[in-house]
Amino acid sequence: MNNADLLLDDPGWIITLKAVIVFAVCVVLTILSVWGERRIVARMQMRVGPNRVGKFGLIQALADGVKLALKEDLIPAAADKIVFVIAPIISVTAAFMAFAVMPLTGPVNFFGEETVMQLTDIPVGVLYVLATASFGVYGIVLAGWSSGSTYPLLGGLRSSAQVISYEIAMGLSLVSVFIYAGSMSTSSIVQAQQETWWYGLVLFPAFVIYAISMVGETNRAPFDLAEAEGELVGGFHTEYSSLKFALFFLAEYINIIAVSALATTLFLGGYHAFPGLGFTEQWLSGWFTLFWFFIKVLFFFFIFVWLRGTLPRLRYDQFMQFGWKVLIPVSLLWILVVATLRLISTSSQSRLVTFGFAGVVVLLVLGVSTAFENSKKKRNSIEHPEAAAPDFAVPSLPSEITTINVSNQGGDRG
Amino acid sequence: MEPLLTIQGPEAALFWFLAPLSVIAALGMLLVKKAVHSALLLAWVMITLAIFYIAQDAVFLGVVQIIVYTGAVMMLFLFILMLVGVDSSDSLTETITGLRPIAITAALGFGGLLVSLLGRATLGREAVGLAEANAAGNVQGLAALLFSKYVWPFEVVSALLITAAIGAMVLAHHQRTNARPTQREQAVKRFRSGSLAGAAGLPGPGVFARHNAVDVPALLPDGTPAPSSISATLKARGDVIDSGQFQLDNVDTTVAEEK
Repeated sequence: MNNADLLLDDPGWIITLKAVIVFAVCVVLTILSVWGERRIVARMQMRVGPNRVGKFGLIQALADGVKLALKEDLIPAAADKIVFVIAPIISVTAAFMAFAVMPLTGPVNFFGEETVMQLTDIPVGVLYVLATASFGVYGIVLAGWSSGSTYPLLGGLRSSAQVISYEIAMGLSLVSVFIYAGSMSTSSIVQAQQETWWYGLVLFPAFVIYAISMVGETNRAPFDLAEAEGELVGGFHTEYSSLKFALFFLAEYINIIAVSALATTLFLGGYHAFPGLGFTEQWLSGWFTLFWFFIKVLFFFFIFVWLRGTLPRLRYDQFMQFGWKVLIPVSLLWILVVATLRLISTSSQSRLVTFGFAGVVVLLVLGVSTAFENSKKKRNSIEHPEAAAPDFAVPSLPSEITTINVSNQGGDRG
Repeated sequence: MEPLLTIQGPEAALFWFLAPLSVIAALGMLLVKKAVHSALLLAWVMITLAIFYIAQDAVFLGVVQIIVYTGAVMMLFLFILMLVGVDSSDSLTETITGLRPIAITAALGFGGLLVSLLGRATLGREAVGLAEANAAGNVQGLAALLFSKYVWPFEVVSALLITAAIGAMVLAHHQRTNARPTQREQAVKRFRSGSLAGAAGLPGPGVFARHNAVDVPALLPDGTPAPSSISATLKARGDVIDSGQFQLDNVDTTVAEEK
């Protein structure tokens, strides 16, 4: 019995309860992930991070939320009032909606009813997630436009260009998953991976492209050009305060969790256990699969935080060039390769043809990359004459510094 | 008399809730003054249509409708911002004479066409062939048709769209007569030009701890103001404040031009 059939006989109260649970999970995860992000980034910067409110500072984000709610809610005089109020609502609604098709567990016993923790299972589930994501951009663009101010407008326009470009790469990277799974429904893709390998391994290039474009899609560092504080103050949310700002904040974190959940579902086997640990899926009458799901989602979330703690922000034109001139062509080529391989394997040709084709593709990739590297080397070999040494004191070059003293004391300061 | 079309339960509730909203939004799209509001209402009409499709089991069509039309309306929105202006409103003055009667005639003609077409539709019959078409799944059925029977029209339409996109790019692209210096080339040039004074960036405006507004020149180590710390726009407007009034008494207050 597949997920769609299990979900079909759910009575109304279970559907309602599941909707409430999905909502609660999103909000609680946001609060915890804000805390987690601050703690992890702090560790990466050799600080401690928030550790005062609650045990380990766990409810710091909740306290910040209360503080935000109590702040004065300003609407600028130049703002378009209706759109200004609607924008954060659109943003947060779209973020919550994406979670409806995520399969969080395998079959479980839910108050005596055999079901799965998934609100609905539609045959085009993954496309539905893309649709809600493209709808969510409206929140950002409208916020930028309706603020009636320059920086938010620029932030909103940047964001729309960014999300449209990276959504193309994201959609194309998903095509190879559809081809291999033979379905666009989230639960069947999870099932299909159980029968073969995780698609993160089989379709590794698609996984990499998705992982990059999901960071671009959620406006996160190093792709957070829509709110580049050095250039655009706060970007699209510059004029927002109080609860309306909190809604944008909530939407951003739910979006991160949602794209991580989609990555888990499509590439890392969804709620299933790691290979070799399949026996754990029966623990707690199936509820233990929830643990595996969240382990994988939190892994992606950690990557998000790690990126933010490590990489500087890209320049806007480099970012767009990377999206259009690297990610999209590469994913188009990858679709071509996957579709050909799929055709060969379904038309039951011999293994030799498959391997021969794969070998030719690998050789082509190697040849092209060698040619590219050579031309790059040639370009870089043009010598620049050294300028004469300046006639005033200059600090020594980093290569001439031999010892660096870092005090190891006071490492526990926050 | 038997009702022509029967819909029951949640679907009926959905219809009677969304249909009036959709019609109001469609009317509002024509009547509102601001072009951006009009585009927003158009997006809302498209989304309600998508919800109707989904309610009638055409899930793929509904989701694709959202993906395609939200993107399309977003483009419209950007066109409004770029071509018409951020705060553009409808102007009701007639720029081309005689446009109004032509528009009214065309609208009446199109309306008549629609009414005559819809009037010929018969309601209340069972759908024929739906089950066979969806036998292998809705998406698979569509894909099989699109990539076999309709593959030629499909490819022709995509070729047309690509031609249009490339044409627009060629027409809109502005060709530079000389290559634009890259960031790296600019950095190299800064260091290789005679003086290293501006190599690390120009000084920021403001006098530390006294006045840090953008219209006050920074002070150099010898106490003279640095004109290069002020934006050229402010200088051209004559909006620069003399930093002399913020200087300490023991600093020489004679104003000298930098280099």
